[in-house]
Amino acid sequence: MAGTFTFDAPDRWNAFLYRQETVRYGDGALQGLPVAIKDNISTAGLPTTCGSRILEGYVPPYDAHVVTLLKAAGAGIVGKTNMDEFGMGTTTENSAYGPTANPADPGRVPGGSSGGSAAAVAGGLVPAALGSDTGGSIRCPAAFCGIVGLKPTYSRVSRYGLIAYSNTLEQIGPLAATVSDVSRVMAVIAGHDRRDSTSADRPYTHTPSAEIRGTRVGVPAEFFGEGVDDAVGERVRDAIAVLEHLGAEIVPCTMPSMAFALAAYYVTCTSEASSNLARFDGVRYGPAVDTKKQWHAAFRELRGDRFGKEVQRRIMLGTFALSAGYYGKYYAKAQVARKAVRDDFTRVLSDVDVIAGPTMPTTAWRLGEKSDPLSMYLSDILTVPANLAGVPAISVPCGTINGLPAGLQIIGRHFEDEQVVDVAYAYEQEVLR
Amino acid sequence: MVSETEINDIANLADISIPKEELGTFTAQFNSILEYFDLLDAVEAGSPEDTGRYNIFREDIVEPSLDQDAVLSNPGSSEDEFIKGPRVM
Repeated sequence: MAGTFTFDAPDRWNAFLYRQETVRYGDGALQGLPVAIKDNISTAGLPTTCGSRILEGYVPPYDAHVVTLLKAAGAGIVGKTNMDEFGMGTTTENSAYGPTANPADPGRVPGGSSGGSAAAVAGGLVPAALGSDTGGSIRCPAAFCGIVGLKPTYSRVSRYGLIAYSNTLEQIGPLAATVSDVSRVMAVIAGHDRRDSTSADRPYTHTPSAEIRGTRVGVPAEFFGEGVDDAVGERVRDAIAVLEHLGAEIVPCTMPSMAFALAAYYVTCTSEASSNLARFDGVRYGPAVDTKKQWHAAFRELRGDRFGKEVQRRIMLGTFALSAGYYGKYYAKAQVARKAVRDDFTRVLSDVDVIAGPTMPTTAWRLGEKSDPLSMYLSDILTVPANLAGVPAISVPCGTINGLPAGLQIIGRHFEDEQVVDVAYAYEQEVLR
Repeated sequence: MVSETEINDIANLADISIPKEELGTFTAQFNSILEYFDLLDAVEAGSPEDTGRYNIFREDIVEPSLDQDAVLSNPGSSEDEFIKGPRVM
């Protein structure tokens, strides 16, 4: 039966940017389930800022397709979660509204960019949340906070109403405490939507199965290479040994394209961002631009004042990478590299069913610890390949190191989200026993 | 390597004003990122580019769209049923 509930649990982590106190819900598969929504996903009547001052006060006149689906399934939308501005970051420290703390250790970052969604789940405020993943933004905070996060196959979940940052890479997906709950939310949000011109007609109706005997699990050497913390590598190898114990066959493999995947990713996402974020000019939404000034002067002033430094840097990197004279050196080569990454996945996944490795090279670092942009980018090395190739990937908790959670990442073939869910579920059920 | 002047030019192209005192930091960070991007030099130019995504088209049929009042509730400056922008001339 439809109804309302009160949502008033104290938010000690700054996980939410906006909360509803009285939440309405309907009938259906997710009846009464409190769900938090990342602040770059449009919600009719609820402020949506993308963690940016350039969208301060913006209230979308329509719901994103995923929000329409959640409401139709009976879920209660409790509010909007904090994030790195426009999804640009690995820690949620790039939010204009202050950082989110990690419930596992409030002195540390929750990961990003969907850090608010992950902290809301890990802190017990909601059982499930939506995030978006452009280069690891669901999986990274899931790993750092010790919860489960799924980046679905590109095109399986509609992006209608997701405020665009990098269209060819990003995908909306669920975060929850358990694989079963991630799978339940995925069953509601997946499927065709004619308003997203890349949307595939591939609904998800799966119930997780822990039976993985005979599943071939590829383990690329590059996922345990330079920059990957020894303790994280060890935890993840232990987790892979659990899969073997459950009857999976472990197959060592290599992915040489990993050498330039991160560079290809950052050239691609900044290029797309430079185009997508051109729309923020204070004319149609957000704080008003000064209409008495000449338009370039007015836009420059507003965008200089209201975009954060990381967003400005990425727009400028993309502007540069696409400019005449540099296009061939950066953007065109990044697309060749992207194909190499995709080819590597196709080759490896023709021999094995899934690929396993760490989600992040380290555990969560301290708030404020990293300030150099490049060193921050380098921590995305293990998550960006799945976005470049468009394949599904899940992060499932695989123990702790000095009290800080580590994540096991399972990557699968296009449209085989069910397979990565099953492997993660089998692992989770075995270690929970 | 890009210079502070070039960074300023790129910022202008992108319609972002960067305070003079921040140009140095921006330039240094930009250059260390571009140096990392040089990894792509190892990629052979002219090789096939990635074409893994495609658009799905539909018939162009006029349908009800967003409510005009709702859309006009967001612009900072509007007049009657119009959205106001900065001066072009």
